[in-house]
Amino acid sequence: MTVLDIRDLTVRFATHDGEVAAVSNVSLSIAKGECLGIVGESGSGKSQTFLAAMGLLAPNGRATGEVNFSGMNLLTAGEKALNSVRGNKVSMIFQDPMTSLTPHMKVGRQLAEVLVRHRGLSAADARAQSIAMLKRVQIPEAERRFEAYPHELSGGLRQRVMIAMALLCAPELIIADEPTTALDVTVQAQILDLIRIAKDETNAAIVLITHDLGVVAGLADRVAVMYAGRIVEVGDVRQIFKAPQHPYTKGLLACTPRLDDETGGALLTIPGQPPNLQRLPPGCAFNPRCAYVMERCLRERPALLPDAAGGLSACFLTNAQGAP
Amino acid sequence: MTAPLLQVRDLKVHFQVRSGGLFGTSIPLKAVDGISFDLKAGETLGIVGESGCGKSTLGRAVLQLLPATAGTVAWLGSDLTALDKAELKAQRRNMQVVFQDPLASLDPRMTAGDIIAEPLRNYHAELSTAEIKARVKEMMEQVGLLPSMINRYPHEFSGGQCQRIGIARAMILKPQLVVCDEPVSALDVSIRAQIINLLTDLQRRFNLSMLFISHDLSVVRHISHRVMVLYLGKVMELADRDALYRTPRHPYTQALISAVPIPDPEKERAKPRVIVNGDLPSPLNPPSGCVFRTRCPKATEICAQVAPPLEHAGAGHEVACHHWRE
Repeated sequence: MTVLDIRDLTVRFATHDGEVAAVSNVSLSIAKGECLGIVGESGSGKSQTFLAAMGLLAPNGRATGEVNFSGMNLLTAGEKALNSVRGNKVSMIFQDPMTSLTPHMKVGRQLAEVLVRHRGLSAADARAQSIAMLKRVQIPEAERRFEAYPHELSGGLRQRVMIAMALLCAPELIIADEPTTALDVTVQAQILDLIRIAKDETNAAIVLITHDLGVVAGLADRVAVMYAGRIVEVGDVRQIFKAPQHPYTKGLLACTPRLDDETGGALLTIPGQPPNLQRLPPGCAFNPRCAYVMERCLRERPALLPDAAGGLSACFLTNAQGAP
Repeated sequence: MTAPLLQVRDLKVHFQVRSGGLFGTSIPLKAVDGISFDLKAGETLGIVGESGCGKSTLGRAVLQLLPATAGTVAWLGSDLTALDKAELKAQRRNMQVVFQDPLASLDPRMTAGDIIAEPLRNYHAELSTAEIKARVKEMMEQVGLLPSMINRYPHEFSGGQCQRIGIARAMILKPQLVVCDEPVSALDVSIRAQIINLLTDLQRRFNLSMLFISHDLSVVRHISHRVMVLYLGKVMELADRDALYRTPRHPYTQALISAVPIPDPEKERAKPRVIVNGDLPSPLNPPSGCVFRTRCPKATEICAQVAPPLEHAGAGHEVACHHWRE
């Protein structure tokens, strides 16, 4: 069952140097109980896609297309409708829990507020449920932590509070944007385990946005790879890692240093610089860095179409467009 | 057997931190607490650990950018901590540093050429402007920058290119030692690989000694000959690269290695996990005995009482744990 369906989403920002398309014609859908990994480097549009979907764009941003969730198009829904969805049916977990928690409000009040507002619970019930949730995300001394201010907690505990808050209303969709990037590796392992448990227990759809291919390999069922605001490849997680189709996906995997790599030779690299969204080349945006570039890639942009590996990829070499 | 270039012995860097408000007492924060190691010519020593383990402080103390509280840092046999300012300046030309944030570590008002030339101007006043420019252009080529970009400002470069400028600045005096403090952590994956290859290449070409400070165990495995694992200012384990990653002896090293996600769904989902509980304790109030004991799955009574000394656990393999044999 599809929980979120994004159709042809384009996000443009008005800047001093004219309009920039941060996301172009992205279509994605996520099913109940599924974890979709969104991979890409900075500026690839992976965060903006979902900020736009939730109506959280910066004031100079404009989104077009369709974001279907819970029987409505979120892009045309008003602020009131969005507020009834966000924090209730959809939860978001961000990279830095310090900036996403209100610093002058006790953790407990921030948690309880969610239940009072969205579920109409009494203060006492909200408190009891919040403390139960803090225990569920393995926060030691949950009653004491309920009374703490965010700055009194460590980074790992703050991220657990964010996850507790995200789970409170039993959401249908959880969007986790680089949830472990700010954490140390041993704490990251704890938080990833927690997300894994939440996934199994709640059956919510999870969008996991990250630049870390290892995190995606451990959690995602499907992976979408983004480059310069577009999806260049989507597929089953095992297929993407075992048989990547798009040259960019291949390059990303090859240039990532691996802990289990015993050879230690020079890393394969993707040559050149990350794309400048204001000066994208004609044709395929990856063409200046692609090892397989052909004359056609300089003129035409490949569409995202089924490929031989069973996924979708946007490259003339990997799908039917390659045939004359 | 060549003599080590750098010999660090029992190095301590303690900061005085005021606790409990304006009139509170001052207590020591032991950022680096008794670290010893040798570094040979042409060798890369990786220094890994989580935030607050003292890895950056160690790098700075080795370069004398921070005063040592105790211990010695010997460069080719002479103790750097005992040198006066002028003597230190003369030695500094042999040791350079590359920082994490490529844009923040470059002066925005200077051109790339001026930034790279600055060490030359400091140490080679005899060089003519034309000679300096020629050397800067040569160095730009060696680090993969177009010499025609010499008059551009940092904001005109991408993050990866800024890091290349920082590396060119560090390399222009042909130093023997380069301390790299998280040099690739702020870079995107595709650019990170380029910079790792550049550093490895320069290291081989100039027979550089490198201290490579990073929280990323995958990158450290790739680039280091030997690896030192720090926790709350102390050495937990020090070994050759392959020994450390294949047969880690310290429970903390084992936990760190098992915590790193591997970009392979089959392996990542099948691997055994050593999950250590809790967070890093406050360095202001470190646990008694072994500093890792509060999170250690093997901790027993003795760990709370006696700090384990570094023990020999094989050729060049040292580990500080009471229970490493188990």
